[in-house]
Amino acid sequence: MSNKFFINCDEATAICNKNQYKEASLWEKVRLGLHLFICKKCGQYSKQNTTLSKVCDKHLHKCDSERKLTNKEKEALQKNVVERIK
Amino acid sequence: MPEQPKHTLNPNNWVAAHSDYLFNYTITRVDNEELAKDIVQETFFSGLKAQDNFRGQASERTWLISILKRKIIDYYRKINSTKGKAEVRVNFYQDGEKKGSWLEERVPKMWDNEAEKNIENEELKEALDSCIDNLPEKYRMVFVMKNVQHYETEEICNELGITASNLWVIIHRARHQLRKCLEDNWFAK
Repeated sequence: MSNKFFINCDEATAICNKNQYKEASLWEKVRLGLHLFICKKCGQYSKQNTTLSKVCDKHLHKCDSERKLTNKEKEALQKNVVERIK
Repeated sequence: MPEQPKHTLNPNNWVAAHSDYLFNYTITRVDNEELAKDIVQETFFSGLKAQDNFRGQASERTWLISILKRKIIDYYRKINSTKGKAEVRVNFYQDGEKKGSWLEERVPKMWDNEAEKNIENEELKEALDSCIDNLPEKYRMVFVMKNVQHYETEEICNELGITASNLWVIIHRARHQLRKCLEDNWFAK
């Protein structure tokens, strides 16, 4: 991202997205803050983006159990592999 | 005395010994069962072809995982280089005086306050899942690795062979599309 002080909405929303993961740099946050101060549309975007993050945190969860293949899938896989060994 | 290899390969036993592990490893990255199965099988096939390169220094599983990692990068490179139909969803003016400003029709709409307060709603989860399913695969994979599996940025970059700035562009586009999708299907007044 360029080194200027004033950024456009495309750049601001990009920083806003990065900031949802707490990975925006201080300099990026300063420029985002300045942009949000003067741009209502991006302010709205930013607020909704925070809601989006909350929705994701609430509803998206890692599957705790290990994912396994069924016996049938393993048999098929074994057959295919053994065929190639010969 | 020549050094003895510590490990050996036993392909007849690969499926029984490693397929679940490789499958689980793959599915947390590609988030698609059929695809994960294919990639695991391809890994075994490549392993068979490359048996002569195995020096016995790493365990059989470690060796297979290194092949699998390569397969995942190759797969991501393939989907990342093809331009999908849903690919260019422009939100901002691309050039001219207004470059980088919101296109009128893409400006975020007002959201329903009540809906915004009730994010625990189970139907919202369904809407979210369907919006994620609708993302182009190259965005979906990165978004899921980041938001569901909670991999570190650096880890995702290594595993998919992309740079951090690539990753943020992908996340930026994925989230733009998700915001719009949830707006249309859930939050708009």
